Amino acid sequence: MLIKLTGGIVYDPASGIDGQQQDIYIRDGRIIAKPADAVVDKEYDLKGKVVMSGAIDMHTHIGGGKGNIARTLLPEDHRQDPVHRSDITRSGCGHAMPSTFVTGYRYAEMGYTAGFEPAVLPNNARQAHMEMGDIPILDKGGYVMLGSDDYLLRMLTAKKDQKAINDYVAWTMTSAKAIGVKVVNPGGINAFKFNQRKLDLDEQNSHYGVTPREILRVLATAVKEIGVSHPLHVHGCNLGVPGNVQTTLDTIQGIGGLPMHLTHIQFHSYGTEGDFKFSSGAAQIAEAINRNKNITIDVGQILFGQTVTASGDNMRQHANHKFASPNKWVTMDIECDAGCGVVPFKYKDQNFVNALQWAIGLETFLLVDDPWRIFLTTDHPNGAPFTSYPHLIRLLMDRSFRNDVLATIHPEAQKMTTLASIEREYTLQEIAIMTRAGAAKLIGLKDRGGLSAGNWADITVYTDNVDRQKMFEKPDYVFKDGQLVVVDGKVVSTKWGTTHVVKPQFDASVEKGLKDYFDRYLTMKLGNFRISDDEITEDGRGSISVHPLQGDVA
Amino acid sequence: MTEITEVPSPFCGIGTDDLTIKVDGVLLKVIENGCAVNTPAFEQPITDTHARVSGQEVSLEVAVAKAAELLKDTKLPLIGGCATDVNGMRGLLALADKAGAVIDNMNFTGARNNFLALQDSGWMNTTLAEVKNRCDLLLVVGTDVEAFAPRFFERYLWNKESMFLDDTSSREVIYLGRAPSGTASTSPTGKAAQVLPCAIEDLPEVIAVLRALVKKQPIRVTSVAGIAVADLQAIADKLLAATYGVVTWGAGALAFRQAELTVQTLSEMIKDINNQNTRCSGLPLAGKEGDQTANQVCGWTTGYPARTRFSSGYPEYDPFLNETKVLLENGEVDALVWVQAFNVNAVPPETSLPTIVVGRSGMTFTKEPDVFIPVGTPGIDHAGHAYRMDNVVAIRLKKLRDSGLPSTAEVLNAIEHAL
Repeated sequence: MLIKLTGGIVYDPASGIDGQQQDIYIRDGRIIAKPADAVVDKEYDLKGKVVMSGAIDMHTHIGGGKGNIARTLLPEDHRQDPVHRSDITRSGCGHAMPSTFVTGYRYAEMGYTAGFEPAVLPNNARQAHMEMGDIPILDKGGYVMLGSDDYLLRMLTAKKDQKAINDYVAWTMTSAKAIGVKVVNPGGINAFKFNQRKLDLDEQNSHYGVTPREILRVLATAVKEIGVSHPLHVHGCNLGVPGNVQTTLDTIQGIGGLPMHLTHIQFHSYGTEGDFKFSSGAAQIAEAINRNKNITIDVGQILFGQTVTASGDNMRQHANHKFASPNKWVTMDIECDAGCGVVPFKYKDQNFVNALQWAIGLETFLLVDDPWRIFLTTDHPNGAPFTSYPHLIRLLMDRSFRNDVLATIHPEAQKMTTLASIEREYTLQEIAIMTRAGAAKLIGLKDRGGLSAGNWADITVYTDNVDRQKMFEKPDYVFKDGQLVVVDGKVVSTKWGTTHVVKPQFDASVEKGLKDYFDRYLTMKLGNFRISDDEITEDGRGSISVHPLQGDVA
Repeated sequence: MTEITEVPSPFCGIGTDDLTIKVDGVLLKVIENGCAVNTPAFEQPITDTHARVSGQEVSLEVAVAKAAELLKDTKLPLIGGCATDVNGMRGLLALADKAGAVIDNMNFTGARNNFLALQDSGWMNTTLAEVKNRCDLLLVVGTDVEAFAPRFFERYLWNKESMFLDDTSSREVIYLGRAPSGTASTSPTGKAAQVLPCAIEDLPEVIAVLRALVKKQPIRVTSVAGIAVADLQAIADKLLAATYGVVTWGAGALAFRQAELTVQTLSEMIKDINNQNTRCSGLPLAGKEGDQTANQVCGWTTGYPARTRFSSGYPEYDPFLNETKVLLENGEVDALVWVQAFNVNAVPPETSLPTIVVGRSGMTFTKEPDVFIPVGTPGIDHAGHAYRMDNVVAIRLKKLRDSGLPSTAEVLNAIEHAL
């Protein structure tokens, strides 16, 4: 079957195309070059429409235990947003932490075709993949969490060399079916188990004597040397602590030029100035990002309203529990591996801190120059549910709208932000970079995020509208692997996406030390820990797409 | 005849995965690391290999068609049991969504004690590997741990080595409320657990006093439910002095009214300890016969635990009104589907309603159901996934033999498609 999308205005930063009228041809799920005299089976007239590839959320909590704890914790939130079944879709719930099926439908209805879970605990990786296996339409993948696991910390204490650590990281990625590596509060989750309540960048874990700075260096080096495209994904120390802007600047400096992605940086950009001892560090952060080309970030924008925060950072989540709204929360220590903390939050525009958090996120977006190194996230659901992305895009693209909202927030917060003076408005091409081409490049997806021949046909078509929120919340068409899945912002058919992974090589002898460790200290046999391919594919719905490592011959 | 090693068990809830099982055709024999729970569950022989309709053997296709026919014009069918693996629950929820059914996990009334506490105020919990390596004080509340999981102590407390304790046999175990049925909690060096018994229904009072003592509130009485307050003070002091205290309870073992308030008091007490600069964690015992699996899969599919109805076209959770017993007694449902792939003794409740049983081969009935479809057991007859008690680790279940029995998922998917 040959599909032709005729006459749309194409924004395809991956090919350097910025708003040019182009036809797109689709066959067998992929975009192809214009075929010679082939008969078009189905043609869509897209004259005047905006065409982009399917959007990719590179940091969204859509799979894994903490999300399911968040769901279980909040029945009253689900009751505000029941989702009916239809002949083609399953029932479920929406709002802060939607059910898996609804997650897939609602992402697709906004033009998204892929989402990546950033916090896959090795011991909980099966759950992450099983949950993502029940998310329809979207492609998915995960970043496996290391850095507070006792095995790595024991290696560091024993002064194992970088090669041994690389083997362990590669083995863990392969065992957990990951496409990236994340570290959360490096060593801090572990330190919390030893009753440390904070851990600065150069503070030692009381048992291992290892510092977060060392953990970051060794993991960032491992990721680079293994050849994983996605740089080490870092949720830094001191999340949410006033004054943590200095920690973040030190973290950037301390990585010594290695590739590093700093996630939900808004939560790590706080100063201590002003009457409330809480101020914006966004300008300093943006300046550091602009200067250090090895660094990428996503923002973790907060938006006002009820949500729930779900994080691996049990140390900081425990400290933040006093802000829980409603007042109930969960933390867990997990399997000598990691931890989690789930705290419901209600961000209020008349709360000084929340209002300034909102402004700090926007300042960051607007002060970082290079859209290829910054990504649009709310750290779903932590800053806001992913369904608020169209509103966020309008805030970025429409200065007068942004200033109208700014005028309504806590007056002291208005005084503490430079937002009103920032003139920048994001362009459609910049939005396409942040949410498509840049995200695919960062993660290392070889044939997604672009519209040139050879890419999978993940395509979103919008009607241009000066109200960018309206435009982005209701695409005319969404194609996933060439299948029309959304029309006028509603799912019209469903399918199953693939799971993106890398399979780095490692020295098989790495399992010798691991087997001994598993037998002595863990609760599972090593052989029962590794996730096999058929666990993802055996139900006939899932599939695995392996992406090349840097240095692989194409 | 083959021997399969490192076999994980879905039966005991504590994720034992070191069993060695001898397979001779369809006969299984546990030859290493069995226990009173796992060995009979693995060795249960296959008796039924054919589906039945009204007691007559029929093909699977005929039984599926009959099941679909029975469900076709129902107003509110009930899918009870809900004891299967992850794929089985996926199939069950798809069927429930399509049929507008109400689903109820058979152990939910016990688990409700935990869910109500969790959904009202939350908790701080831990998992088995943390217990194995860190726990220096275990407080057991109202529960006979070794009857629940015979190998709990051997695997997670009296392990030879741990990363952070020099001598695991120096761990301290205290039972509050119920005495242990055996000696599994006695350390390898012969140190017996301390036991402070009381009537199980007095636990709310005892736990309330313990929490008050942890919070350093004055207590005027000298004894509560037969336990000296001085003894409770000693427990409070130990919890506050421990390096990594763990408090465990079985929600189903707290068999008194409004036991959720006791779970809540325990969970809030654990938070109080952490707020006084000492680590302490909860460890709810559960995970038998797919109960955690049911709640996990229902959780991500609907947002709610596995006592949820789909009759409005969307999921509606109610931990009281959607209970099997209540629905049957009030005549609210008009058909029963009973799904139990693990336990031949967990038979459906007696009812005059049209009944479809998707059950483990070997199940016997006082009243033959309209349709009985024997299915394989996850972890024996087919591969699968099951959650263990700490809700974090999903164990990968192995296929041990070729029995030809279909999986729960295959049967429920077929019924759904036939609807």
